[in-house]
Amino acid sequence: MEPGGPQPPAPALRDVRTVPVRHAGRWVAAAAILALVGWLLSAAATSGAIEGDVVRRYLFNHSILEGVRNTLVIAVAAQVAGIVLGVVFAVMRLAANPVLRVTSWVYVWLFRGTPVLVQLILWFSLPLVFAFVSIKLPFVDVYLYRARMVDFMTPFKAAFLGLALNEGAYMAEIVRAGIISVDEGQVDAAKALGMFPALTLRRIVLPQAMRVIIPPTGNEFISMLKTSSLASVVLYSELLRRTQDVYSANLRILELLVVASIWYLALTSVASVGQYFLERRFARGSARNVPETLLARVRRNVTTVRQ
Amino acid sequence: MVRAEGVRKRFGRTEVLRGIDLEVATGEVMVIIGPSGSGKTTFLRCVNHLEPIDGGRLYVDGELMGYRLKGDRAYELREREAARQRSAIGMVFQRFNLFPHLTALDNVVEAPMRVRGERRATAKARGLELLERVGLAAKADRYPAQLSGGQQQRVAIARALAMEPKVMLFDEPTSALDPELVGDVLDAMKQLAAAGMTMVVVTHEIGFAREVGDQLVFMDDGLVVERGAPRDVLSAPREARTQAFLSRIL
Repeated sequence: MEPGGPQPPAPALRDVRTVPVRHAGRWVAAAAILALVGWLLSAAATSGAIEGDVVRRYLFNHSILEGVRNTLVIAVAAQVAGIVLGVVFAVMRLAANPVLRVTSWVYVWLFRGTPVLVQLILWFSLPLVFAFVSIKLPFVDVYLYRARMVDFMTPFKAAFLGLALNEGAYMAEIVRAGIISVDEGQVDAAKALGMFPALTLRRIVLPQAMRVIIPPTGNEFISMLKTSSLASVVLYSELLRRTQDVYSANLRILELLVVASIWYLALTSVASVGQYFLERRFARGSARNVPETLLARVRRNVTTVRQ
Repeated sequence: MVRAEGVRKRFGRTEVLRGIDLEVATGEVMVIIGPSGSGKTTFLRCVNHLEPIDGGRLYVDGELMGYRLKGDRAYELREREAARQRSAIGMVFQRFNLFPHLTALDNVVEAPMRVRGERRATAKARGLELLERVGLAAKADRYPAQLSGGQQQRVAIARALAMEPKVMLFDEPTSALDPELVGDVLDAMKQLAAAGMTMVVVTHEIGFAREVGDQLVFMDDGLVVERGAPRDVLSAPREARTQAFLSRIL
């Protein structure tokens, strides 16, 4: 008991109901944004420039669907090749051999430093530089493969080379960042157990680097789905090329661009969901940074606004 | 079992080891103490060739570590050869260095399976046995982040033992632990010493040195200043530097 007489008893802590800080601003902002979006949508719908029927009719048009498939094919192929190139050049960049390091640096410098669109057109114009492409046995006049470059460099090959080599340069930097993010002690421990370098890289370093590599790689793939539309300039029939083919015949330019946009959005949305699950998979073993489940995220957002 | 002859090592301009001569007999426990920066950890990392050396020789079980002698030159071994030599030497680190993406058991079976090509079932049975020995069989499926520091370090000991090493190297194994967790790790090490394992232990645990050590080495400034039976060195250090160091930590 304090000197100076008895004091009134403080209320027991559990009797007090806690009230979180109120955020009136959140309600105002949410209402303003919803109103703005609603106004824009209704303005676009009532202007009459875009006919919903036409959009609906062409959304599942055979030619457009083929374009969607081709976009997926080129994006996946170029991304996979880009990842492989990225790992190879990242490892080269971190190698002890200075020739490998410089080679990797020059590759990244060259392909990251020039526009993809220019690279695509250059690959497609390769027949101007080399008339023939051939694989010849040394010393004797026997060709295992020989073709005119014009026939060899199809739109698909030009698009693939351009997109993959460009992507490889970006992936090399992403993979390198991932590898150097892994604690050196991990390599020490693996070495001390008698693991040789390639095994250490594959079993210990890369799986841990994945946590750092995957988010930007998902980003790259989503970007690739859209960048692949540049392949339309080398006549590869991906989604945008097909869309252009259709609207140059029927002149429904806006409707078909909306169709293309809907498909691009659909593809990138699916890719985002895939990225989310991949991230969860590779967050194993780390207590922090495990992304919450979808349900938990929705619940948290709802309660955040309500406060 | 371990023999160092005039081992020298420099990082850039600083000489970290200035001629180390030491010998550890089979089944013996050597404890190395000394102020930070005295070269204890570097010496340990040289023993299994995690660091290349600049002079002298290191032998483990009669085999020259990390180099091949040809004429009067020592040629550094290729990584693959060095890896084979290291597989016979266990090492436990100050910061555990468990593989965070693998469970405790997978940490233990990784090297036996990937390096020695053991079958999963065999490696797993033995891995569980080792985890049992360090009192962690129940945590086999946990990831390192779900274990306390002391538990992680004991898993690290089990992981090193899984390769059936001839020698175990301990680099300040309890320095990163909360005080109440140190005992469990030291117990596991005592058990190992009692079972006849040859051990080189860098530590600040003077009690452990006194109780378990067969040899106590005091290092300072890249040199072995004093060595002898732990009881003698601790109670009656001959060198002034040893006296000064001991008076500061005891």
